[in-house]
Amino acid sequence: MTEKISEDQVKHVAELAKLKIADDQLPYFTTQLDQIIGLFETLSEVDTDGIEPTSSVTDQINVMREDIADNWNQRQALLDNAPDTADGYIRVPTIIDESGDNE
Amino acid sequence: MNFETTIGLEVHVELKTNSKIFSPSPVEFGDEPNSNTNVIDWGYPGVLPTTNKGVVHDGIMAGLALHAQIERHPHFDRKNYFYPDNPKAYQITQSETPIAHDGWVEIEIDGKKKKIGIAEMHIEEDAGKNSHASEYSYVDLNRQGTPLIEIVSKPDISSPAEAYAYLEQLRQVIQFTGISDVKMEEGSMRVDVNISVRPVGQKELGTKTELKNLNSFNYVKKGLEFEEARHQRVLMSGGKIAQETRRFDEANGQTILMRTKEGSDDYRYFPEPDLPVLNISQDWIDSIEKELPEPPAKRRQRYVNELGITDYDAMVITQTKEMSDFFDKMIADGADAKLAANYLQGDVNAYMNDNQVELQDTKITPEHLATMIKLITDGTISSKMAKKVFKAITNGEEPKKFVEDKGMVQLSDPAKLQPIVDEVVAANPQSVEDFHNGKDRAIGFLVGQIMKQTHGKANPQVINKMLKESMSK
Repeated sequence: MTEKISEDQVKHVAELAKLKIADDQLPYFTTQLDQIIGLFETLSEVDTDGIEPTSSVTDQINVMREDIADNWNQRQALLDNAPDTADGYIRVPTIIDESGDNE
Repeated sequence: MNFETTIGLEVHVELKTNSKIFSPSPVEFGDEPNSNTNVIDWGYPGVLPTTNKGVVHDGIMAGLALHAQIERHPHFDRKNYFYPDNPKAYQITQSETPIAHDGWVEIEIDGKKKKIGIAEMHIEEDAGKNSHASEYSYVDLNRQGTPLIEIVSKPDISSPAEAYAYLEQLRQVIQFTGISDVKMEEGSMRVDVNISVRPVGQKELGTKTELKNLNSFNYVKKGLEFEEARHQRVLMSGGKIAQETRRFDEANGQTILMRTKEGSDDYRYFPEPDLPVLNISQDWIDSIEKELPEPPAKRRQRYVNELGITDYDAMVITQTKEMSDFFDKMIADGADAKLAANYLQGDVNAYMNDNQVELQDTKITPEHLATMIKLITDGTISSKMAKKVFKAITNGEEPKKFVEDKGMVQLSDPAKLQPIVDEVVAANPQSVEDFHNGKDRAIGFLVGQIMKQTHGKANPQVINKMLKESMSK
């Protein structure tokens, strides 16, 4: 196989995505991802010399909103849709701080 | 072995805009949990963010105040991570094109000035807030989407004292622009620091540790001092510093290991596809520059050079823009600069502390305080009487009217005072003799007697002078 991605990388990506992959599933996903990356490599056939990187695909520029507050009063509807709530909060399983670096 | 220290600071400043950075939800604190949220803040499928023009404006303003270069074509980027206070599973921030870069602030330690570089500053959204109980955690998304500016220093800071001075200057500069309250105790200013120590002469930087949970400038300094000493101790004994994140324990003044960092974070940044790019015109930058209030350093110079107050007074008055503006208005109203400075630092500050209020939330006005000071300088009232007048001012009363209503006018007219002076001198021959024998205290006794007779209304300077003249005859 033409190693475009290694099993270690697949494992790493799975961890980032919070997915649990059993060790015996690794070769399966590695092969699949390898093929997908292969498809994307078609893109590198395009000559991009002298072309600025694109960070937006719309041709809109400077679409901004004036700084005016508008409360849509969606609190109850949003809480009703949350899996679990208590006293107006979203209730979740106890958070163990893994990164603490979320800013 | 001699060591040198390198410190870097990342400062988050919360902007006080009306609405959030990418949704129109109000930016308010202390409201019911999740009441200031909408589908955009919760990251519902299909919603689209729209950039708040006010945030871009404030970002440019902060950049200009920090002498930075403004990025003319900024865009936003996605920073990907999972956490319950981050409903989209990514934060919209800026990575490739921060709104401003290469700025500086000037600090001064023991009379020595030093410029601390700012590598970059970017605008981004804040996350929600988690609170933890034993079985569950609770998420409030009111803060989600509150605009932040993150300001990253260059590795120019070489001591905990410099870090403290940098934070103090940064806080002031931002505070004077009016874009943020910059209060650590309220979370509108948050500081993360990293520190490394290396032997003098070593080219590459030492291994750095990060410090979190720093709730005041003082804890930043103390935490850094502890880390600096710890690094030196470890290096001296031939040990190695591990790359880790530590937390400052306020109770015992030490830093405690939170976690060891293995490899670098993997946030997989990429340009935010949901937001159009920005094109910031020179016209817009110019107009924001015109809006910028006079910065604290310039005001200090003006106060010292033109108004003749001390460096220290100037420093205290420029702690906040409100105080400095208040002072400027008093001067414009004709108050004596030195007295104005004294009253702001003394009675006004004491009143603010006693009542836990900000200057702008009191009934004290610059016009009233200036009027009171003018009443002192023209001799209408004594500084002792001014205590009562000041109290009236804190209740919003007009000082001139108050003084008249209370009949508080000081007796300064020599014609009216002369009979009393003569009487007191005649009644106290012993004191007069003591005065002639060089006992200065004797005059104090006589002044006291006159004060008694006039119910404290006599002008002490005037009667002092009159007594001396009378006894020297």
